[in-house]
Amino acid sequence: MKVAHFIGRAPIRSILLIASAFALAVAAHALPGPAQTAQAASVAHYTLTNGLELVVIPDHRAPVVTHMIWYKVGSADETPGQSGLAHFLEHLMFKGTAKNPAGRFSQTLATIGGQENAFTSNDFTAFFQRTSREHLASLMEFEADRMTGLVLTDENVLPELQVVLEEWNMRVGNDPGARLGEQVTAALYLNHPYHRPVIGWRNEIVKLTREDALAFYRRFYTPNNAVVVVAGDVSAEEAKQMAEATYGKVAQRAAIGPRVRPGEPQPEPSAVRHLVLADQRVAQASLQRSYLVPSIATAQPGEAEAIEVLVHALGSGSTSRLYRELIAEKGLAADAGAWYQDASLDMSRLGVYGTPRPGVTLHQLEDAIDGVIAEVIEKGLTPEEIERAKNRMIAAYVYAQDNQSSLARLYGAALTTGSSVEEVQSRPERLRAVTAEAVNAAARHWLDSRRSVTGYLVHDLKQSEEKRS
Amino acid sequence: MTLYGGYGVMRRALFALVLLALAAGPAGATAIERVISPGGIEAWLVRQPSVPLVAMDFAMVGGANEDPADKAGVAHLVASTIDEGAGDLDAAAYHKRLEDNAIELSFTANRDHFRGSLRTLTANRDLAFDTLRLSLTAPRFDTDAVERIRTQILTDLRRATTSPGDLASDAWWHAAFPNHPYGRPVNGTLDSMARITIGDLRDYAHRVFARSTLKIAIVGDIDAATAGRLIDKAFGALPAQAELAPVPAADPQGLGRRIVVDLDVPQSVIMFGGPGIARNDPDFFAAYLVNHILGGGAMSSRLYTEVREKRGLAYGVSTGLVPLAHAQLISGSTATRADRTADTLDIIDQEMKKLAENGPTEQELEKTKSFLKGSYGLYFDTSTKIAAQLVQIQLDNLGIDYIDRRNGMIDAVTRADAQRLAKRLLDGKMLVTVVGRPQGVTSKDLTASGSGG
Repeated sequence: MKVAHFIGRAPIRSILLIASAFALAVAAHALPGPAQTAQAASVAHYTLTNGLELVVIPDHRAPVVTHMIWYKVGSADETPGQSGLAHFLEHLMFKGTAKNPAGRFSQTLATIGGQENAFTSNDFTAFFQRTSREHLASLMEFEADRMTGLVLTDENVLPELQVVLEEWNMRVGNDPGARLGEQVTAALYLNHPYHRPVIGWRNEIVKLTREDALAFYRRFYTPNNAVVVVAGDVSAEEAKQMAEATYGKVAQRAAIGPRVRPGEPQPEPSAVRHLVLADQRVAQASLQRSYLVPSIATAQPGEAEAIEVLVHALGSGSTSRLYRELIAEKGLAADAGAWYQDASLDMSRLGVYGTPRPGVTLHQLEDAIDGVIAEVIEKGLTPEEIERAKNRMIAAYVYAQDNQSSLARLYGAALTTGSSVEEVQSRPERLRAVTAEAVNAAARHWLDSRRSVTGYLVHDLKQSEEKRS
Repeated sequence: MTLYGGYGVMRRALFALVLLALAAGPAGATAIERVISPGGIEAWLVRQPSVPLVAMDFAMVGGANEDPADKAGVAHLVASTIDEGAGDLDAAAYHKRLEDNAIELSFTANRDHFRGSLRTLTANRDLAFDTLRLSLTAPRFDTDAVERIRTQILTDLRRATTSPGDLASDAWWHAAFPNHPYGRPVNGTLDSMARITIGDLRDYAHRVFARSTLKIAIVGDIDAATAGRLIDKAFGALPAQAELAPVPAADPQGLGRRIVVDLDVPQSVIMFGGPGIARNDPDFFAAYLVNHILGGGAMSSRLYTEVREKRGLAYGVSTGLVPLAHAQLISGSTATRADRTADTLDIIDQEMKKLAENGPTEQELEKTKSFLKGSYGLYFDTSTKIAAQLVQIQLDNLGIDYIDRRNGMIDAVTRADAQRLAKRLLDGKMLVTVVGRPQGVTSKDLTASGSGG
């Protein structure tokens, strides 16, 4: 429904960084005192007999719960030619079942005072509700029912396809920057299905049918492909009993094999790629670059954490290298930064972006960005920069404790992208352990232009060809 | 007022702190203490010692309303630069201090208010409040820092010149409030932003930052005595009295007008609105229920059902009450394909007329009351959300016992009340702006026949 597509410039990272875990004991150097409640210890993880995983994150401060179900299926699992199907099915999941016909679930939430929504990424599809605590069992009943009971008719499917096309209009059609983002990603992934936009290519979205959606549903929506995450005012034992009485009754209906997608061409790296998107609506030129880098799931031990620290020091906040050099000191950019999508089943992305000041061309800005990166590769980051980045990231784990929804998202994303509860819980420790050598080695290895695609967003093609003044 | 829940430990007046009231939040989640600091500044406090952090929100009257008429964006530029160096710290040193200590501090200006939000680990709270003090009482506004931020804002404003959502909103406010502060864009324009001087920033801070209009809420791992001490540290040196320009009350103009702004996009973005209701009006909750039924939050409003679910005309459609300090509005927005824009406008118009004529059904009213009561607790499940709620309750002057009284006010709304408010809010014409290339939809002035959508 109202979908947070994890497309474009790394919205998923903003969720994960803010959310990033909360193992308090690890941040103890900053946090003396009795308040170290080490909530992490109380996170429970079960697997029911039908294969459904359950994660429970108790938080008893307010009498509310966040209930999420995550399916291990996303746009990268679509059959070529049917891009957008995972997301279209996510919309259709609100159309009702035999037991709870059209709208009953939403109507119930609209009566008891619940919030609901859903989102799709290239690796997962998730649905959630937030209500006061006493409704949790009922939420599980509804959600277990629609895991296998969906009823689709042309009457409810056809208008929803129009809704999805309006969503495409809003996110992509009306926004040239989003179209550039699609192009950069498509050029970055030469062979892996991550090259498709999560929302799909418009010409393929319009051809999606009820039968396509049902086939996809029957193949992937089964308890052995789902992770339920409950955060809030409930004990692990209570939640487990409720889950067994609801989800536990759903029989497996499909065998789920290993999630193996076509990989990127080897040997890597290959070519430095540049592209330009010109649109008359572009009033402000900008550039964005993505590098192909490992995710938490695909990295060698310690590598993803080193990349996190590297990206943070390079381009997060106004003490970062890119901000200081390009914006504050040289006055070449109005805006500049970097991001890293850490949760991804397969090879992930590290991004760098910038907006030039008036009078500065994109070429000049790109040269300056390359200069900053070359300096980091050559001389490394300073110990102070690395320490500050680590402190801030570890503090973010403490702040994340404050928000049950963020925590639920963090665990859900981890468990559907090849990571684990233990990995999430030990993240602060592993960040703390990152060495300057590891960060600088990561810079040398991964910030290789042959692993990257750079996209220019311009008003017209002439603008992209402006020479240095 | 009732008192229940886990945090109902009364902290008796300690260290010259007076405990005046204690109110319970939804289902006992939020017990509010009224704290008066030794310096006489009031704050509302919710203790949550289980997470080692402190969140504070505050607000002062005088947002973009205090911008000089030809310099829209002053408040926005002040909010964007008072954390770019203060006291002895230049911008780099200031940010280094925040980041080294994981202190999150942000400022924003909306139309009526200047707001701030602080989040700190308990261990760093003294330093955090002291850094806030510097920003409020000794912002540097160094030329290089101001120019750097101005450049960023101008970049945003340049982007907004071809953003259909921004264009629809700016056109709406401009037409609804000519010659009134509400008619000017909060973030300024390319022209006005370029005109603002550092003197304008200093003048704004001098006039607006004061104790007389200050509202504060603190949530987290902190007791009343410490809260009082830190409030005095951050705000104690501010002038007692703000010097605000008077803002006249205003009614939205241009009702019945439709303004089409041309932009080559596949989807038309629509904004519509008309007169609303004041937050302190006894009929506010009747109006709130009516709005929820028409186009409020849940995925079952009449507009959501008719525009999206049945016809697939839009991804989103919603309406909301906008009770500003000097004007009251009900407004809504949607986005739809060019060739169905006229249909979408017609359907929205019909749904408003239907609700105005017949009011909601008894069943709709009961369901909506149940929703509003049941969902309230969801706004109180994090420290930052609680702090924001408590500042808003203070700004709206609803009283520290409001959370307890709210359900009663919702229950008291009768179907006759709702019907009366539906007629009052939805029977008249609205001002509509459309950005895009809508087929068969043109601008329409006040003399044209037909209703406003």
